[in-house]
Amino acid sequence: MATIGDIRKPGEPAHSHGHHASYLERKGGFWTTIVDWMTTVDHKKIGVMYLVAILFMFFLGGVAALAVRYELLQPTVMTTDASGVRQLTGQALSIFVPAESRSSVGPGNQVYNRVMTMHGVIMVFLVIVPSIPASLGNFLLPLMLGARDVAFPRLNLASWYVYLLGSIFAILAIIQGGVDTGWTFYTPYSTTTDEGHWNVVWMVTAAFILGFSSIFTGLNFVVTVHKLRAPGMGWFDMPLFVWGIYGAAIIQVLATPVIGITLLLLLFERLFHIGVFDPRLGGDPVLFQHFFWFYSHPVVYVMILPGMAVMSEMIALTARKQIFGYRAVAFSSLAIAGISFIVWGHHLFTSQGEVAAVIFSALTFLVAIPSAVKVFNWIATLYKGSIVIKAWSLYALAFLFLFSIGGLTGLFLGTLAVDLHLHDTYFVVAHFHYVMMGGTIIAFIGAIHFWWPKMFGKMYNEFGAQLGFWLVFIGFNLTFFPQFIMGAHGMPRRYANFTDDFLIYHQLSTYGSWLLGVGFLVHLLTFIHSLVAGAKALPNPWGALTLEWTNAASPPIEHNFDHEPVWTHGPYDFDTVIPPQTRPGEFTLPRPADNGVR
Amino acid sequence: MATIDTHNPADHAQGDGHQPDLSLPPHERYHAAHHFRDSNHEFDAVKMGVWLFLSTEVLLFSGMFVAYAIFRMMYPEAFIHGSSLLNWKIGLTNTVVLLLSSYTVAAAVRAAQTGNQKWLQRHIVLTFILGTMFLLIKVIFEYYPKWQEGKLPGQFYSYPYWVSPAEPLWWGVYWGATGIHATHVIGGMGLFLWLLIRARKGHFGPKHYNAVEGVGLYWHIVDIVWIFLFPMLYLIH
Repeated sequence: MATIGDIRKPGEPAHSHGHHASYLERKGGFWTTIVDWMTTVDHKKIGVMYLVAILFMFFLGGVAALAVRYELLQPTVMTTDASGVRQLTGQALSIFVPAESRSSVGPGNQVYNRVMTMHGVIMVFLVIVPSIPASLGNFLLPLMLGARDVAFPRLNLASWYVYLLGSIFAILAIIQGGVDTGWTFYTPYSTTTDEGHWNVVWMVTAAFILGFSSIFTGLNFVVTVHKLRAPGMGWFDMPLFVWGIYGAAIIQVLATPVIGITLLLLLFERLFHIGVFDPRLGGDPVLFQHFFWFYSHPVVYVMILPGMAVMSEMIALTARKQIFGYRAVAFSSLAIAGISFIVWGHHLFTSQGEVAAVIFSALTFLVAIPSAVKVFNWIATLYKGSIVIKAWSLYALAFLFLFSIGGLTGLFLGTLAVDLHLHDTYFVVAHFHYVMMGGTIIAFIGAIHFWWPKMFGKMYNEFGAQLGFWLVFIGFNLTFFPQFIMGAHGMPRRYANFTDDFLIYHQLSTYGSWLLGVGFLVHLLTFIHSLVAGAKALPNPWGALTLEWTNAASPPIEHNFDHEPVWTHGPYDFDTVIPPQTRPGEFTLPRPADNGVR
Repeated sequence: MATIDTHNPADHAQGDGHQPDLSLPPHERYHAAHHFRDSNHEFDAVKMGVWLFLSTEVLLFSGMFVAYAIFRMMYPEAFIHGSSLLNWKIGLTNTVVLLLSSYTVAAAVRAAQTGNQKWLQRHIVLTFILGTMFLLIKVIFEYYPKWQEGKLPGQFYSYPYWVSPAEPLWWGVYWGATGIHATHVIGGMGLFLWLLIRARKGHFGPKHYNAVEGVGLYWHIVDIVWIFLFPMLYLIH
């Protein structure tokens, strides 16, 4: 059995303390460092800045979610007047917005609608859409391709500022009293509520602005993948992370402009009443739904494809095996991206003709095929692998479990006859939380653990991370599984009041949300502890074979690599290559039996 | 991303250990950004980025085209009557103006490729003037009179001689589509000012004309969108 130690290519540094400084190295005093970060065009710093911004927004959206769940702890709405909330927001924020321009927030039901919308808008537009691509994608894509940066670094920085601007608009809309349209901004709610107030306009503007940030990132990634691969690296030599991000980036570029024009028309409609979505003037509110979902359904795959991208990396490394069916996994990303554009009608089964509904139902089932291809390939990869249990690999396994539930319940909703009963119930809520949170967020948190040593050069406390995982995993299932049951029993979504029959499910769900909150808190503490007192990370602590681990220091130097890396082995050739840059003796050549399934 | 050697040789002496020859014009001294292998590599990437951006523009306008198609199907009389109130001669004049500007911008790219600095600047200025003409014709002969007569979208509509109650919607589509297009023309003119400033500094030449090429492509898409808007709004009866 061959044991290989600290193998390096000649000339590569063992640690970040070579003659090249790590990208995290401070350039001077406090203000110099701040200015350096704020004006950087380094994709790694921009990725970290995105990560911080997104996690902050995740916190805000999470607080809103906890508030929603807390309200649902009892069958009738808690407060009949929201003076408490009004005073709280009013006093804290009257500095920014004069009281008379704030829309009055009425009784409890309306507060509930606003908090629920706040949760939805923040989580969709500010967290999940940018989550993995903008933070980890930015950081990792050039490293994995062996490039020094993304194709357009200044555009990359611009996208972060545009994201910031969009967030400011969203937060101002919330301060002004919030929006009660739901995150989908359906007309006529969005054209008629809070008449005379600007909150809806500001919120829609925020989503419009955030679209540009998304386009900038997507465009950058597509060009980077096409033009900046390391010498010798062909399309099928790329890590599968890159394929997933690439598929998502294509959707970002091709779908986001449609939401741009939709929100622009919505703004015209609200401000000038041009009539496009207003039936009183001959317009058609259902047209808004078509426009909206023509973007927002593809964007569901902008959310999940990066999660799948992360999964392929983590699963291969968990099993320490060549990924099963590389090309199938790679092409399924493109298939998902392609199909995503022709299934939007399944969001409007009840507001379109029967023939259209049948066609969209059939097309919807098509998406299940490439998704299942991925899941089966991951499971086949795990088969006979030597599975390592770490916090990130637990997250990878959890994704398989939760995404399968989320995906399969999607088939229930795509079936017309069943959907008649299930649409607009908590079944839908549970379904998309199992996909969006059980899929994307779980993959995101797992990926942060996975690449944490690379990003910050520090290890974290494994026990803390695994404790956090179990709290999140159990909390998540406790929160959302009862929602399937109450949805199937007919509990409609978006209601603050319900009959006593649903009480037990709502209570379980709320208790679960507390557990989830505690879990994320544990993760936060683990990360803070790691930054303050974490052990120094090796360049390749997990023994991976992609370029960011084998050829870059932890954390990487400012220009990523000492020399432009040359592609020499596949990203998952664990059976023939011993991972370099790792602890001596930690990883051994695989036994022949490990190579059973390929 | 693009760097032109400044007049301080020390900056670059550090980077790649090579001293720029300051007697050469800036476009001769151009180095690709550090993450590209050379300036051809950069040019390819920039061009691909611009094409992707153009696809987003097409998709943006496609929303307006879809809205037009649907409402035309729902209210044919309103759209036919509304269209008959537009003067196709003005629309045609503007089409010619934009086509001419497409020629001048293509000629500007050619001038950059051949290193003809004088005609590069002249063609940029000509394109800018043609863009201004387009906007002036639009505002003086179309937007302003229609504003006066109340041919306005939605609730602002006050033109008394309508044949279909959906005509405010037609004007909504008209103002929306042409307004978004005009915004793109204004944006393009800003880009031409930027190109002119850079061209006067000698930034563009045979080895480096990424920006001229990119803005040129953008201007063509603005032109093409109008080529579709013109028959759709003015000619189909």
